[in-house]
Parts: sequence; structure tokens; C-alpha cells
Amino acid sequence: MSKLLIEDKEVVVPGQIVAEGMDYLPSYGTYRLGENILANRVGVVSLDGKVIKTIPLSGKYIARRNDVIIGQVFDIMSSGWRLKINSPYTAMIPVKDGSFEFIPRGADLSRYYQIDDYVVCKVTNITSQNLIDLSARGQGLHKLRGGRVVYINTHKVPRVIGKKGSMVSMIKQATGCKIVVGQNGVVWLSGEDPKLENLAVRTIEKIDRESHISGLTDRIKLFLEEETGTTLEIPKEDLSDEEIEAVNFEDSEENLSFEEHNNNSNEEKYEDE
Amino acid sequence: MNYTEKEHLLKSLNAGYRFDGRTLEDWRNLEIETDLISTSEGSARVKLGNTEVLAGVKLSIGSPFGDRPNEGVLMVGCELLPMAYESIESGPPGIDAIEIGRVIDRGIRESKSVDVEELCIVPGEKVWMVSVDIVPLNHDGNIIDAGAIAALAALKTTRFPEIVNGVVDYKHLSDKKLIVEKEPIAVTVGKIGDHLIIDPTKDEEDVLDARLTCTIGQDGKFCSLQKGGETPFTIDEIDQIFELAMVKSDEIRKQL
Repeated sequence: MSKLLIEDKEVVVPGQIVAEGMDYLPSYGTYRLGENILANRVGVVSLDGKVIKTIPLSGKYIARRNDVIIGQVFDIMSSGWRLKINSPYTAMIPVKDGSFEFIPRGADLSRYYQIDDYVVCKVTNITSQNLIDLSARGQGLHKLRGGRVVYINTHKVPRVIGKKGSMVSMIKQATGCKIVVGQNGVVWLSGEDPKLENLAVRTIEKIDRESHISGLTDRIKLFLEEETGTTLEIPKEDLSDEEIEAVNFEDSEENLSFEEHNNNSNEEKYEDE
Repeated sequence: MNYTEKEHLLKSLNAGYRFDGRTLEDWRNLEIETDLISTSEGSARVKLGNTEVLAGVKLSIGSPFGDRPNEGVLMVGCELLPMAYESIESGPPGIDAIEIGRVIDRGIRESKSVDVEELCIVPGEKVWMVSVDIVPLNHDGNIIDAGAIAALAALKTTRFPEIVNGVVDYKHLSDKKLIVEKEPIAVTVGKIGDHLIIDPTKDEEDVLDARLTCTIGQDGKFCSLQKGGETPFTIDEIDQIFELAMVKSDEIRKQL
């Protein structure tokens, strides 16, 4: 007889037994050892019928195809640019995907992206050896000029974006900053008023810190209103979904991956899992 | 931080704010914890914002230098470990680590805080050797100032070990404390564009045009200076830095 040892939405640590018996099936973040299912990530358990998975709370970014991310150039080679992407693996933009412009053979590649430049780009391919190819050609993909960059936990990115971009647009509305959130946990911001820009950074850090506590949208709204002294308008439905969203953020991740550019195919994103 | 971010930082500095919300002349939050390593004679951990530094003091008996037979030996060293920051490599101390160690050493030595003659046991034969080791645990800029505070705090808590039949018994510390008279505080003032800032973070440190570390004793005497960076300072700027460092060192001294 199979037995579940953990309740849905409970936090587990690696090696912790989540369920006993063969009736349950291990999915992402869990594995079977003998007749038991154990967690292999720190995260929140999510039950879907007989399928058990954990939604991680920590860990570095692992690239998935079609993710829109922000990378930083650290090397220029004859074949393209190498970027740090807040991940254990580095990524590469080949010359042919570097720009909308035609880049002739032997051109000075630092004219397009210099070392230390931040680039919004999209993951086009990942090999089994974790060689990651990126493209900087596409809608909304560009080099970032000015502004500043903060790093957050990659697993909190969907919370910073919010349902259909509600959270990030709320921060934009309150602070007047331009914000770009990469799936890899790199957030770029630029604002005219340094004080408001700092507020935006603090808000994002607050979300990063407190996203597992329910009532996040309300709390962030209150925080922004207190700090700016204005009243914010946000659509009603965003608030009502909050409690469900709080733990099951896989859904919100599917709804949007990055700012307004929402043309990702969900099936493709989850094929690895 | 790349050059476009630096331009953005300059815009922010023009308005009187830094990226972390401080004004140009604010310290980060300072926390000091002392006496936390049981195997050392004195220790301290200092947190300055996200920068975290551990300092330990070891006392041992050795022979004095030939030209100074009745003076003890004081050594301050710093080692930058890879755990402190992603770009730090393991290996023998590099130029940055040596600079940090020597600037802190100079501050303590030249302020004459530790009376080296007090450390003499038998002139010409036996003296106490005080070695202070500074280990940054997390590097978010301004290791020199945080390290100087840690070294000072560690020295202030140092107690001599018991001597049993001429052998040092490290397991038992006596009540005799190491006397630290003046409190040398290091204040690093950085220059970005035309702006002078204190306590730079790692991001700010990366784009500093120049920096000047001033170590100031309790009596208001400057006991050491160290200039870094590629751009020169004007005489007016140096005057401003000295005034700023005087005020800012007092702020830290109150928290000791």
C-alpha cells in the first residue's frame, strides 16, 4: 500500500522521502530509490494525481530552449561572442545570429558587442554537452545601454514578472523605470530618478526574498504605495489568483516568460522534463 | 560594471545618490562580533554591508630582530580566498591581497597603537610575536576599511596565553590583555568622475578612477596614506578627502 509522507505544497530537502510505494510516480526534482520517492532539490512539493514533482526554491539557472535571457559578453572570438548567463555553463552567440545587420567575414566583432556588454538574447539550441547557442536576432532582442543590473534567484523570475506581466508592470508604473527581466535571473533597470530606480531594485529584491509567503501582490502593492505615496491601479483578477499562484508558479511561468514578448511555445519549453 | 553602467552611475551620483540608495558620504551598516575563534588569542568578524571580514590574532614567542633587540614583532597579513569573490583565484597572495595587508599593517604600526617594547620578554632573546591574519569571507568592496576595523577589534580582545615552564600553553589564556592605545581607523575615499565617495561597493570599486586610504588615530593624527587608481587627485580634492576622512573615522570609532 502506497503512502504519501509529505503534504502538497510542503517544503522538502534533498534526500527526504516524499512517498513510499510504487503507486506514485517521480517527476522533476524527485527520484525513485527502491520503493521510495525522494526529493533531489530544495523546493515545494507539487502533487498532480500520482505524479510527484518539486518546484525548486534555489539553484542556478539551467538554460532551456526559447528562454529569453540577459547575458554578459566576456570573450570575443572569430566565430562569435561568449556570454556569461548566470549559469554553470557559458553560452555563445554565433556571428550569423549576432545582429539584424549583415556581418561580413572578418569584421571587427567588438563593433557590435564589446566585452562586458549586456545583451538580451534567446536560447536557440542546447546540446547534450550543455553547449548553449543564443541568438540576438529577433523581436525585443537587443544590446542594453546604460542602466544597471541586479541578479536574483532564477526560480523567482516568474514571481517578479507576475501573471501576464502584472507584477513587473506594477513596478514600472510606480517607479517609471524601464525594466527587462531575463529568465536567467538577470534583471536590467534604467530610470531617470535614482531614488525611484533604487525603489524598483528594493522591490525586486523584496519579491526575491518573500515570494514564497502568500499575499505577495498585495504586499508589494502596499510597499510601493507607501514608498511613493501614490495609489496604484492594478486589474482585479490579478489579486484573486494570488493564493493559487503563490505556490503553483509553474502556471504563471507558462503564461509569460519575459516582459511583453510572449510568443513562446509551452510544449517546447517543457520537453526536457 | 561596464562603461555604460558607469555613465548611469555618474548620472545618479550627480543627483546625490548611489545605486544602493546611500548618499555619497554614507557608510554601509556595520556589525562587529568579537572573540569567536577559540583557538586564537583574539578574533573579530566585521560585516560592512555585504562585505564580511574575519580577523584572528596569534601570539607566539620568537627572537627579536637583531637591530631591535627589545621590541616585539607585529605582523599583519591578508589572504584573498576564492570563496570571497568569483574572480579571485587560489594561490600565493596577489598584489591586491598584499596591498590590503600592508595598508592595514602600516595603519596599526605607524599609529603606535601596540607598544612593541611591552612585548619584550628577554631583551635580544625572547619577545612576543603578534601576527594578525585577515581573511575576507565575502568581498563586496572596501576590504581595506573592513579589514582595518576587524584587525583593530581583534587586537583589542587579545589576551596573552599562560606560560608554563617556559612553554606557551595556548589552552589557557591569562587575564593579561594586549594594550591597544590609539584606534586607527582606515577610511577609503574613492573618486568617480568629480565625485568623492566613501565605502565603495565592489561594483563601484570596479569603476573607481582613483582612491585614497587615510588611516587616522584617535588623536586625529594621520598615520598612513595609500593612493590607488590611475587618475591623479588635485590638491583641493586631497583637502576635501582629509576633512571627510576625519569626520567619517569618528563615526566608525563610536561604533567600536
